[in-house]
Amino acid sequence: MLKWISQVVALTAFNLRTIPQRKGSSLSFMVGIAGVVAVFVGVLSIGQGISRTMKQTGAADIALVLRSGADSEMTSLLLREETNLIGDAPGVARADGVALVSPELFVIINLPKRSTGTDVNIPFRGVERPVLGVRTNVKIVDGRMFEWGRNEVIVGRGALIEFAGLERGKTIRIGQNDWSIVGIFESKGGIEESEIWTDAAVLQPAYHRGSSYQAALVRLASAGSFDKFKDALTTDPRLNVKVLRMTDYYAEQSRTLNLLITGLGSLVAGLMGIGALFGALNTMYTAVASRGREIATLKALGFGSSPVVISIITESLLLATVGGTAGALLAWVAFDGYRAATLNWQSFSQVTFAFDVNGPLLVEGIVCALVIGLVGGLFPAIRAARLPVSVALRES
Amino acid sequence: MKLAGLVVANFKRHRLRTTLTVLSILVAFVLFGYLAAIRKAFEMGVDVAGKDRLVVRHKVSIIQSLPQSYEAEIERIDGVKDATHATWFGGIYQDPKNFFAQMPVKPAEFMAMYPEFVLPPAQMDAWLKTRTGAVAGRKIADRFGWKVGDKIPIQATIWRPKGGGNTWTFDLVGIYDGAQKETDTTMFMFRHDYFDETRVFGQGTVGWYYIRIANPERAAEIVKKIDETFANSPYETKTETEGAFVKGFAEQAGNIGKIIMAILTAVFFTILLVAGNTMAQAVRERTQELGVLKAVGFTDVQVLGLVLFESCLISSVGGAIGLALAWKLVAAGDPTGGALPVFFFPPGDLVTGAIFVLLLGLAAGAIPAIQAMRLNPVDALRKE
Repeated sequence: MLKWISQVVALTAFNLRTIPQRKGSSLSFMVGIAGVVAVFVGVLSIGQGISRTMKQTGAADIALVLRSGADSEMTSLLLREETNLIGDAPGVARADGVALVSPELFVIINLPKRSTGTDVNIPFRGVERPVLGVRTNVKIVDGRMFEWGRNEVIVGRGALIEFAGLERGKTIRIGQNDWSIVGIFESKGGIEESEIWTDAAVLQPAYHRGSSYQAALVRLASAGSFDKFKDALTTDPRLNVKVLRMTDYYAEQSRTLNLLITGLGSLVAGLMGIGALFGALNTMYTAVASRGREIATLKALGFGSSPVVISIITESLLLATVGGTAGALLAWVAFDGYRAATLNWQSFSQVTFAFDVNGPLLVEGIVCALVIGLVGGLFPAIRAARLPVSVALRES
Repeated sequence: MKLAGLVVANFKRHRLRTTLTVLSILVAFVLFGYLAAIRKAFEMGVDVAGKDRLVVRHKVSIIQSLPQSYEAEIERIDGVKDATHATWFGGIYQDPKNFFAQMPVKPAEFMAMYPEFVLPPAQMDAWLKTRTGAVAGRKIADRFGWKVGDKIPIQATIWRPKGGGNTWTFDLVGIYDGAQKETDTTMFMFRHDYFDETRVFGQGTVGWYYIRIANPERAAEIVKKIDETFANSPYETKTETEGAFVKGFAEQAGNIGKIIMAILTAVFFTILLVAGNTMAQAVRERTQELGVLKAVGFTDVQVLGLVLFESCLISSVGGAIGLALAWKLVAAGDPTGGALPVFFFPPGDLVTGAIFVLLLGLAAGAIPAIQAMRLNPVDALRKE
């Protein structure tokens, strides 16, 4: 056993020492794998970034009330009387005797995107006072909160970065009215950061909405009171609504985007993986072929077949690890935190987010590299081990 | 002929390496095919937008309605030939996952505005006679297995029908085909008169207008005229050419499309680099043999040709199979399960692909081929 181990170690060390003689092919092996991992991690980090934004927005103890049949805030409609009824339902949290129900208006406004200069749909949310007790992540980071009843808005940090003309102190024109930007807010990376907010009472007339809202966001006494709250609302004959957990709603919101990105991402990473596997096989076959005589000599000297196999696989795995790590680091440096905005099909408006290269994604990427390295080394290793000594020694 | 024999013999000697190299080139060109199809999909058919068509929407955003009375006013403007409208219905067929566009339109006017939607005359007649009639694009009809005569139930999200409930049921009276590959055949259109009477609220409003103008060169002037007509009204408009409208819409998807494209391009060239390197290496290994060929009387040009021919042959075989396979795979459907309405391999990019194949062969072979040509047989034979 000890002898076997010393054989493995000796052969592996021997193999690794000869890598510099095969610089070209070893390098193309590593570049190929680095490319696969970088692409894999890079593309999936887009999906992770969008998911993180959506997750950051939801919380288990917050419920969203929409008109039944509506599939998003955009298509929903709630009247003021209905939002009042929601506040009386059991399970709603209260602060200073006021129900934490935030009736909201959700419309879009067209403003140019910085990167292209073309108009995009930006979410514009009208809120009422309880909103800060429900969307507790939201904090003003520059300037101040808008004054209730005035044509003032606050702008999310993501919107400020991606869209033109939203700096504090500027005004935006909607129809016949000017609205001044008085503050910038953050929400721990949540989707609110893509939005512009104002007083719902001021937004309603500007969009001809009378006294209606679109959705109500409700802070529950606890995550467990959801069922009680939902039953009360859906059985109330005065209401025609559906109740969702906010976490479920936002998971659903990112579905189309995730489908698009993971669909394209897996396709690309898959194809690229196959391409890199061929590259790896080529490199390792070349490595084995160029050392055929040496391997045969070793076997003639009494080295076993399994140490030969293991040493070749180790070499392949080592190259794959170096390449994979380089690729993962490259993706991390290039993509992590990269800000972008895209159209969220479900709400028909822009969502801004940051690419998220996280630990599990890096690990997945390196695992991919190792699989390619393992397969790429296995077949050439078996061939080397099977080659009869006499034949190999005769080879020129 | 003698050269071809030599090349083939060479391939046979390293059968495995040749196969692997061909396969990795193949993969690169399958990827290239998807790349071309995705790029096309993200453009959303901007290159087939009608040059003589304009789109008029609410100035603040497209989700806000315009009055139906605008149609007559727009048609009075000099240079406008015809105007018609559509509205976003946004309903759900069975499951929210089955997303496709549904729009109430005026059948005769809409189909005249969009001659690229090809509907058999008999089906057009049926649509004009059936108030609850609807027509669907070929792609969406195939996706759900719809046939003419089927009843299609659609759940309203915005526009609930009078009389309670959420469900609108339409009679499918026709299936349209696209005049071109780029034509979107994932749309579902039904009659505006039926829609307007049946919806609970919003009577007399429409989503946006399509306009045909007599002379595309006057587009800028007419755009200005339309927007001026409705300025300072409660419903101000924004008018654009259809191309600009589609492009603006495509750009909403924004950097995502560009980033995916950039990554795919990087991938394509990485694979080519790796494959090219392997091919070049295969030649370098045979320096000595090339020396022998020269020693027995092959000319410099013959050796150059031999090496280039070999690399071009490998890249053509891999590239041709790859492009053919991409053609098949792309035709089989998009990898996102229907999120991209138009998904096909543009024939123009097939030519680009073929040029890349040739360039790869030449580039991978060039340096070793020139080295081989300059090779001094004496040095080559001495090398071990």
